[in-house]
Amino acid sequence: MTFLIIFLCIVLTAVVLVQLGKVTELATIIRGEADAQEDLNTRQGLFGMIFLVLFLVLSLATTLYYKNWMLGYGPHASASVHGDSIDEMFNITLLFTYIVFVLTHIALFWYAWKYRGRRGRKSLFMPHDTKLELVWTAIPAIVMCFLVVNGLIAWNEVMGDDGDEDIEIEATAHQFSWTIRYPGQDGKIGTKNYKMITGLNSLGQDWSDDKNLDDIVADKIVLPVGKKVRVRITAKDVLHNFAMPHFRVKMDAVPGLPTYFYLTPKITTKDYRKSLAKYPEYQAEDPNNPDKKLWETFNFALNCAELCGSGHYAMKKLVEIVSEEEYEKWLNQQKSNYFTSGVRFSDEDPYKNELFDAEYAARSAEFKTNFESTLLAEEKIVVLDKVEFETESATLTSLSKYQIMNLAEQLKNSPNVIIELAAHTDNQGAKSTNLKLSDERANAVYNYLVRNENIDSRRLKAVGYGGDQPVGDNDTDAGRQKNRRTEIRIIAQ
Amino acid sequence: MATITTTKISETDLLIEEYGYDDHFHEHHDEDKFQSGFITTYIFSQDHKMIAKQFLITGMFWGVMGAMMSLVFRMQLGFPEESLMWLKPILGKWITVADGVGTLAPEFYYALVTIHGTVIVFFVLTAGLSGTFSNLLIPLQVGARDMASPLLNMLSYWFFFLAGAIMFASLFLSTGPFSGGWTAYPPLSALSQASAGSGAGMTMWTVSLVFFVVSVLLGGINYVTTVLNLRTKGMTMWRLPLTIWAFFITAILGILSFPVLVSAFFLLMCDRALQTSFFLSEIFVGGQALEHVGGSPILYQHLFWFLGHPEVYIIILPAMGIVSEVLSVHARKPIFGYRAMVYSILAIAFLSFIVWAHHMFMSGVNPFISNFFVIFTLIIAVPSAVKVFNWIATLYGGNIRFNAASLFSIGFVSMFISGGLTGIFLGNSAIDIQMHDTYFVVAHFHIVMGVAAFFGMFAGVYHWFPKMYARFMNETLGRIHFWGTLIGAYAVFWPMHYLGMAGVPRRYYSFDTFENFSHFANINKFITIAAVVVFALQVLFIINFFYSIFKGKKVTSRNPWGANTLEWTTPIEAGHGNWPGKIPAVQRWAYDYGKDGKDFISQIIPLSDGEKDNGDH
Repeated sequence: MTFLIIFLCIVLTAVVLVQLGKVTELATIIRGEADAQEDLNTRQGLFGMIFLVLFLVLSLATTLYYKNWMLGYGPHASASVHGDSIDEMFNITLLFTYIVFVLTHIALFWYAWKYRGRRGRKSLFMPHDTKLELVWTAIPAIVMCFLVVNGLIAWNEVMGDDGDEDIEIEATAHQFSWTIRYPGQDGKIGTKNYKMITGLNSLGQDWSDDKNLDDIVADKIVLPVGKKVRVRITAKDVLHNFAMPHFRVKMDAVPGLPTYFYLTPKITTKDYRKSLAKYPEYQAEDPNNPDKKLWETFNFALNCAELCGSGHYAMKKLVEIVSEEEYEKWLNQQKSNYFTSGVRFSDEDPYKNELFDAEYAARSAEFKTNFESTLLAEEKIVVLDKVEFETESATLTSLSKYQIMNLAEQLKNSPNVIIELAAHTDNQGAKSTNLKLSDERANAVYNYLVRNENIDSRRLKAVGYGGDQPVGDNDTDAGRQKNRRTEIRIIAQ
Repeated sequence: MATITTTKISETDLLIEEYGYDDHFHEHHDEDKFQSGFITTYIFSQDHKMIAKQFLITGMFWGVMGAMMSLVFRMQLGFPEESLMWLKPILGKWITVADGVGTLAPEFYYALVTIHGTVIVFFVLTAGLSGTFSNLLIPLQVGARDMASPLLNMLSYWFFFLAGAIMFASLFLSTGPFSGGWTAYPPLSALSQASAGSGAGMTMWTVSLVFFVVSVLLGGINYVTTVLNLRTKGMTMWRLPLTIWAFFITAILGILSFPVLVSAFFLLMCDRALQTSFFLSEIFVGGQALEHVGGSPILYQHLFWFLGHPEVYIIILPAMGIVSEVLSVHARKPIFGYRAMVYSILAIAFLSFIVWAHHMFMSGVNPFISNFFVIFTLIIAVPSAVKVFNWIATLYGGNIRFNAASLFSIGFVSMFISGGLTGIFLGNSAIDIQMHDTYFVVAHFHIVMGVAAFFGMFAGVYHWFPKMYARFMNETLGRIHFWGTLIGAYAVFWPMHYLGMAGVPRRYYSFDTFENFSHFANINKFITIAAVVVFALQVLFIINFFYSIFKGKKVTSRNPWGANTLEWTTPIEAGHGNWPGKIPAVQRWAYDYGKDGKDFISQIIPLSDGEKDNGDH
């Protein structure tokens, strides 16, 4: 119904306007064309002048009204060092173009008004004027030279790839989010290969490159103020663009072709918020958080500025600029995604059969505590939870040796301790088979300790108990898992 | 006034008879195979005047389509909370309904933006503008019976029609029309896994544009040949009206640049269908690592913009030519600095080929290369400034007759200034870091090549309507159309500069995710309302256009505007072959207005003793 009414209104307006057009046409014929045209010239010239005045006033007024959104004024100040040179270029260009805009518009509409057609007037025959034309070719040429030179100086300074950055981070774009990677302790970002991308390894990091092992995937961009940062920008699927308007940063992310951008943040998020506090548009309530003002919840953000598909408008990442100490603290809290993403010890992990020194040290310390407390405890049993065997076999898995090494260390520390190595199975299968298997398994550990760790064989005793001493429920998988175990019993100390 | 006109008519005929060139054209008039029936006259016509009308009306159809698309996505931007249920009957599944509130699907938002850009740039402002006026004016103003090859000319239109039909059909695909932006950058445009519109929608989009390029090339070869070979006796190059210079250079630009676009499309088609890797490398999409290695998406951008930049001059040069002519005729003054105008067209055309990478400052090309492109880009400001100053100087000392045509020409100059000046920001790569792909760019190109080119087109339509249909368009409606559109277009695009400065990116379906971009709800509302008003005014133009074809005031004299060029020496309703007898001979340049105390001196009037020709000297 509303639709119909609107439609009828439009039709009616059109009819009225057409009729109006016809009437004025008739009036023109009655009054004589020349007369009518002269009146019309005056009226239209006048409209032109009114338009000119309104246009110039409104353009200036709206510019003043929105000046807080312009570059280099008010709250929209650059948050990066290089941004200032861009803002300056912008404002120089604004000055020149505004002068040209005003002068040419005045000339255009003023001449249109002044030289409106009147009967009996003759127009000036002025086909060209070489001197005048030279002048108005030369002036723009000079102004352009000035803008080009200054613009290029700024450009080459901003874009120079001189490798003198303090920090390099990597931003990888994909439909429709960003993955931010920090280099970790070695300060170097590891190589990646798109063919290695899996569910666990979303960037395709090549784990055989040691530089990858300490790399950190962060959920936001945190940067220290005053440090020069090189952002390596890559994409997984289609073109994206790494854009941070407050930092005057923008660069396409191209699949197969890493790009980069340098920036030096010059103000922390906290200080930037404070600088916003004095502007009325930031004193309004935050619609998402009614207890706070907009300036209090302000955050820098990374967005995508190259059409990348239907979710292009929502590729946001938080950007936080902090002091150097806060940055170090934050960075130290981050863990390498090699360890946090589930890659470690998975089939994708090239090091799944060995422990890194730090891991070994941690395990060693943990075992020591466990062992020493057992020495003081009532029940003198330590489960060797990291000692595992291949299925249905007495072959130790490659990672098992580390706990045996831990055990050997403790035996060396406490030379009086004598232990029994006890191996257990669950209740599946024939009893005799289980007994035999557990016996072999206990002996495998025994042999390792004696042969590889030089532990005196008199301090060790290997016993296989089969499924006779369950500690868990044999009716469940978890229980059976618990029952299949190797443990030590401290016999003497 | 009427008596003066009558004597002029006879004088014109006498002059043509005395000095004109007899090509024996009408001796075999009886067997005119061109206009013997309804189909050959109105549909498969080979008459350049009819083909011009076909281009114009098809262009208007696509103009309305493109504008309506923009209204739908402006609704989304201006009133994101508002229910769009009322569009459900038209857009169907692209309006998703939740709790009775209809929302535009993001995929379709991007499809609308993409198709809006494509059809306005190619179908309206290339075919509708250059196609219409090159066809109408080249033979008439150079003094030719028709185009060099009327058959190719007809094919040019029908290839355009075919391109349009395919594009139109693609709107109805179940996966949606192409939605990767009018520039169709791969990999997005190459991978249907990355975007539904990049499947069949992209295939049809590419096929459509390949046919469109065929149309442009057939037309362009014809325009160039006609201007070079079919100029009448005495019509030297330096006596050509600026319209013809503009169409001529435009056609050359098109011939040189459009094939490069097609080459890009062919490579893209190979990547899409034949598993080649011209533009694709190291892509992981849809949970799968693709085999493509070694291609460069940036190569496509180079090829695309090698057309893309000349394309904006293909759009604006014809408008410049039309405006130069219309301003001069209605200011009753010669165009100021005719030669400087020609040289600046040539300079702009030449420079347009070596600035393409200014669209790519932020796309990962070597920043060092950008230095050259900045220099060449900003040099374009010089010939452009010369043109603006010359137009203003043309008004100076004139005796300006205000009507819809001359008003739109003045409006064109205003738009060209406003939009051109913002180009100085964007062409400077340092500033482009901030402005690239923001609303500042949207404001810039819509004003300078969108609205300005439309103004040139409107000026041309109002000015040459009497030649096309032997009737006038309604002037009152024309002036309402002008003032409304001038104010409305500025209201739409001027505020976008402020959004752009704040860093608000273009091609965003919604600003909800980013608090920093969501400060501008009021501006977006304002822009949408202004867009609706401007659209309504264009409907008024279309009503005026079709009403005037049948009911407009009749043209009673051959030369209603008192213009010098040859089209006004033809009969009011010119038949096939344009002149009933001999072809007029040209004696002077086209801009003798107000010379030696005479209001105007037609090009066919011989120079008097000792009189110097201001064009060819």
